[in-house]
Amino acid sequence: MTTIGRRFSPGVIGIYLLLTIFALACLLPMVMTLVVSFSDENSIVNKGYSLFPDAFSLDGYRAIFANSEIIFKGYGISLFITAVGTVLALFLTAIGAYTLANPQVKYRNHLALFFFITTLFNAGIVPWYLMVKKLGLLDNILALIIPSLLFSAFNMFLIRNFMESLPDALRESAYIDGANDLTIAFRIYMPLSLPALATISLFYAIGYWNDWWNAIMLVDNKDLYPLQYILFQLRSNIQMLEMLPKGAGNEYTMPAESVKMATVIITIGPIALLYPYLQRYFVKGLVVGSVKG
Amino acid sequence: MTGFIRELIRNKYAYLLVLPAVVYVFIFSYASYPYLLVAFQHFDYNKGLFNSDWAGLANFQFFFKSNDAMRVTWNTIKLNVLFLIFVTFFALMLAILFNEIRNKLYIRLAQTTLIFPSFLSWIIVSYMMYSLFATEYGIINQTLKGLGIEQMNWYSNPNPWPTILVSMKVWKDAGMASIIYLAAITGIDGSLYESADLDGATRWQKMTRITLPLIMPTVTILTLLNLGKIFYADFGMIYAIIGDNGVLYPTTDVIDTYVFRALRMVGDPSNAAAVGLFQSTVGLLLVFVANWITRRYFKEGALY
Repeated sequence: MTTIGRRFSPGVIGIYLLLTIFALACLLPMVMTLVVSFSDENSIVNKGYSLFPDAFSLDGYRAIFANSEIIFKGYGISLFITAVGTVLALFLTAIGAYTLANPQVKYRNHLALFFFITTLFNAGIVPWYLMVKKLGLLDNILALIIPSLLFSAFNMFLIRNFMESLPDALRESAYIDGANDLTIAFRIYMPLSLPALATISLFYAIGYWNDWWNAIMLVDNKDLYPLQYILFQLRSNIQMLEMLPKGAGNEYTMPAESVKMATVIITIGPIALLYPYLQRYFVKGLVVGSVKG
Repeated sequence: MTGFIRELIRNKYAYLLVLPAVVYVFIFSYASYPYLLVAFQHFDYNKGLFNSDWAGLANFQFFFKSNDAMRVTWNTIKLNVLFLIFVTFFALMLAILFNEIRNKLYIRLAQTTLIFPSFLSWIIVSYMMYSLFATEYGIINQTLKGLGIEQMNWYSNPNPWPTILVSMKVWKDAGMASIIYLAAITGIDGSLYESADLDGATRWQKMTRITLPLIMPTVTILTLLNLGKIFYADFGMIYAIIGDNGVLYPTTDVIDTYVFRALRMVGDPSNAAAVGLFQSTVGLLLVFVANWITRRYFKEGALY
């Protein structure tokens, strides 16, 4: 068979077709959201959600920028907890991993077991909640950063595995030169582990940006709501509005549908912008993590 | 004892580096374990752990005698098993298909698209779903109307929801999961395919007789490890999509949403803790069983 014949055999075409259908199915809801966010409200009311609205408009975005202080506040909170949380979480995880990867440390395996047990037995949310309450973190911005997400034993093991793959001679020659573990960890091991650290920091950043669990569990103060939780609340409220009989004096003039979707788009924004990096590192990290366990 | 202290002093900086993580895990995991006793109390926030009245097994009886127990347990297991089967199936299929394609640009484009949903929160996904399923404006009902088929009020009928949830889980997770399988496939010895070519094997034969059997161990190990988690529902997913829509509970209410409501809405920490303890205990047993099977048949893949 010739190369051309092979390349365009029915089998290959079928494979391309299947994959393309999958990719389009993944894309459709996202394109839909984007189009609705730019759709004219009347068009939505007449035609429903559609990929081809009668008219486009920026009303949805205008409404957010004009009178949605709460969304901007939420954006600020989300950016803050993502930035601070990621840095803290990465620091905590990386320095711990260095010790676990150091064969000079006699109790490193005991320590690893200490962390590992918590991944096997999860006491559930009630003890966790009562502990956070006891620490006085309820309704505090720290509640959105510290009680969960800050540390994951799996991530620490992943960095440890990476550090263990670096040659021991690095550490030993540094010891001989009189360096201590602090210097070695920060000056040698952290820079060399950059690929693993980048992957983990992206895991953490995505985790913080998408988090609403901490907010729904631990925060009642509206000023502290992160963006994702505002979206959650907004949806419930708009669904409630929809259940009210229309016409009887409660016709809301706000372009509700396009505002909703515009809010979704600005929430996805940072992720979409970072996506090229995210994809590269996530794919690498996933592969490393799964192969080495 | 002196040996212990000498070791701590000798590597003082190394132990200092791991100390923050130790303290953190101690506080949020080990130190919180005593609060499990709340499950055996009529816990009162004002009285605290030491002064609340003891309830014996009353909280457990309350849960297991209610109709909720069977429903949430069954839904949790059913949904998780369905998620596991379908996500694995589609991820595997995507990986095998990708492996057949040589066009690098196409692979990049398709993978970029397929992975993107996994970076979105379930809240965002719930909005996207709303644009599909909304009664009045949703694209599905619009299409049904266009075709002259009777429209459905999706958010008030529990029956289609297991299917919808499984589809969304596949939509969100299969692309990312396929990456791991693709990596495993890439690791297969290329000479196997070359000799198959020499023997005149077709593409289909190579896919089903070489690729598939050779990644089955990876598939089995990952499935077993996930089997240990089937007693924990994806709270973020279920609550973002279903929320407090009680009409859909018969097919979608899971242990984690039940516990959440008991704690945060009903305000009964003891009941929540009892159900949580039931979940943790069975969850731990499942991890042991899954790991025992894995270790027995695939030594390298075991968790510990």
